[in-house]
Amino acid sequence: MSAGARPPEGGAPSPGEVVAQRPEGRTMNTLLHTEGLTKRYGALVVTDAVSLDIREGELHAIIGPNGAGKTTLINQLSGELAADAGRVRFAGEDLSATGIAARARRGLLRSYQITSVFDEFTVRENAALAARGARRHAFAFWRGLLQDAAAVAAADAAIAATGLAARAQVIAADLGYGERRQLELAMALAAGPRFLLLDEPMAGMSAQESAAVVELLRGLKRKYTLLLVEHDMDAVFALADRISVLVYGRLLVTGTPDEIRNDPEVRAIYLGDEELHQ
Amino acid sequence: MTTIRPSTLIPLLLLAALAVLPFAAESYYTAFFARVLIYAVAASALNLALGMGGMVSLGHALFLGLGMYSVALPAHFGIDDGWLQLALCVAACGLVGLVTGAISLRTSGIAFIMITLAFAQMGYFLVVSLKQFGGDDGLPIAGASRFFGLELASAEAVYGAAFCLLLALTAWVARLRVSPFGMTLRAGRQNARRVASVGLALPRYQLAAYVLSAVLCGLAGMLLANLNAYASPSSMSWMVSGELIVMVVLGGMGSVFGPLLGALAFLGIEELLKGLTEHWMAIFGLLILAVALLGKSGIAGLLARLDARVPARRSPRLAEGRA
Ligand SMILES: Nc1ncnc2c1ncn2[C@@H]1O[C@H](COP(=O)(O)OP(=O)(O)OP(=O)(O)O)[C@@H](O)[C@H]1O
Ligand SMILES: [Mg+2]
Repeated sequence: MSAGARPPEGGAPSPGEVVAQRPEGRTMNTLLHTEGLTKRYGALVVTDAVSLDIREGELHAIIGPNGAGKTTLINQLSGELAADAGRVRFAGEDLSATGIAARARRGLLRSYQITSVFDEFTVRENAALAARGARRHAFAFWRGLLQDAAAVAAADAAIAATGLAARAQVIAADLGYGERRQLELAMALAAGPRFLLLDEPMAGMSAQESAAVVELLRGLKRKYTLLLVEHDMDAVFALADRISVLVYGRLLVTGTPDEIRNDPEVRAIYLGDEELHQ
Repeated sequence: MTTIRPSTLIPLLLLAALAVLPFAAESYYTAFFARVLIYAVAASALNLALGMGGMVSLGHALFLGLGMYSVALPAHFGIDDGWLQLALCVAACGLVGLVTGAISLRTSGIAFIMITLAFAQMGYFLVVSLKQFGGDDGLPIAGASRFFGLELASAEAVYGAAFCLLLALTAWVARLRVSPFGMTLRAGRQNARRVASVGLALPRYQLAAYVLSAVLCGLAGMLLANLNAYASPSSMSWMVSGELIVMVVLGGMGSVFGPLLGALAFLGIEELLKGLTEHWMAIFGLLILAVALLGKSGIAGLLARLDARVPARRSPRLAEGRA
């Protein structure tokens, strides 16, 4: 994936940025920080004053029951949806008023819970467009997209990483469901993310496909900062450095997998859920 | 090694036939096919916005009209310098395209169709109200456009210019479709939300395509004015905008040869039916209905279906990629 990766921003944390201690003892910057993020639909508060810190390099999972507001939160982090109140800071920059395209160009990339790819394009074209869009403008009217060597290299690396190498020339509409989910991931990866927002990447996949994605995410850990929304608790507890629990739009608790497993409030919400009671 | 398929071969043969047509045909046919070529250019222009970008503009006759009056108005004052008229056309269509496009693109769907239509109607009534320039009756053009030695006075000269323009435009569109710009537009038609989430600010690309489309449509208008030796507001009516849409859809939205195929089929069938019966409009309506049922792949789509049946012939260079 090196072709698709942006160099991580090195150097000392800028003043005013939160410096957190990781379990291994390395100091880490906060890469993404939200403060009082709020979204209402009429009387329904879907995001309720969410303040969140995601550290550079961690895999941070967000869990919560259906309708808790996980997708809505991702929409506000990616810039697809404007928050009613609150701020979003990314890499020390206030992006609260920045649109989704501009955030993507800064390395804040997302995948969709409901597969969202370009059906008429091949797998490689899909990934190459994502790679191009995050790196350079597309005001090029003569040379083919697939002649953009940098974009194609990033695209092919992402396609290979998601296990689609053999399907690169296939039109997206002709892919199977699981393969479309893989392409969804490949597009986000091809864009050379610094921070990946993954909305249920394993939704609807077979056990075998899910296992492959878990392996992929394990490989992506540390290279990228990841925010993972997922209902598959096995995957979440196996992968996450920290977990936040979202209930009715409110951030209930954030902690390590062990802390979350043993939290009485979380246990009450997930009462009967085997994964948490093991 | 790439292959040349029927969907490419048949339009290329058609272009070859059109290249020799003025040397073989009577003047009447040259004038008719000059009109076909000009509408093919206009349809190609609309194809950028509609076919690739999914922007259903029901106002492109406005740009056709601006092109026509870019010839007629200077000619009215005795200026027949084609380059000056060209500069006027590019400036007028570019500016009007930029302003109307920027406003129209704030909307989408039916609202976009209605706003583009409204702008075109404003242009139409503005021209009708300019009595000193012929108003309703239009404006005859005494002297044709002159480009250095070339004067667009005869049907043959206009034919030649239209053919070269269409050829260049078609070759460019073949590249554009798969260029980053064209892919962004086509991606936006399929899934606008996703385009933004990979870092491409779609509205900017759509506006650029709309302005390009407007200017190219203006060039078709300049040629039409010279062919008819006349500029009239009727060429700016919403019906002409509608006909351009039918040509693009008939030929195959977003395809390389679709605009030529669509313009030829549309004007050819119209011409044939006119000769057969007074009630040609009714039959024509049924044909358009059939086209709508054909779906968005149009004639180019039909040809593409041939590709699967006919064994491909080998050719070292020519290839267009997927239909
Ligand atoms: N555009 C909208 N208008 C009104 N209500 C909405 C809108 N979008 C989401 N909601 C509501 O907001 C709540 C949170 O939705 P969201 O999709 O963010 O939940 P989620 O946690 O992602 O759920 P799931 O686990 O099912 O994906 C739901 O009650 C949903 O009905
Ligand atoms: Mg969701």
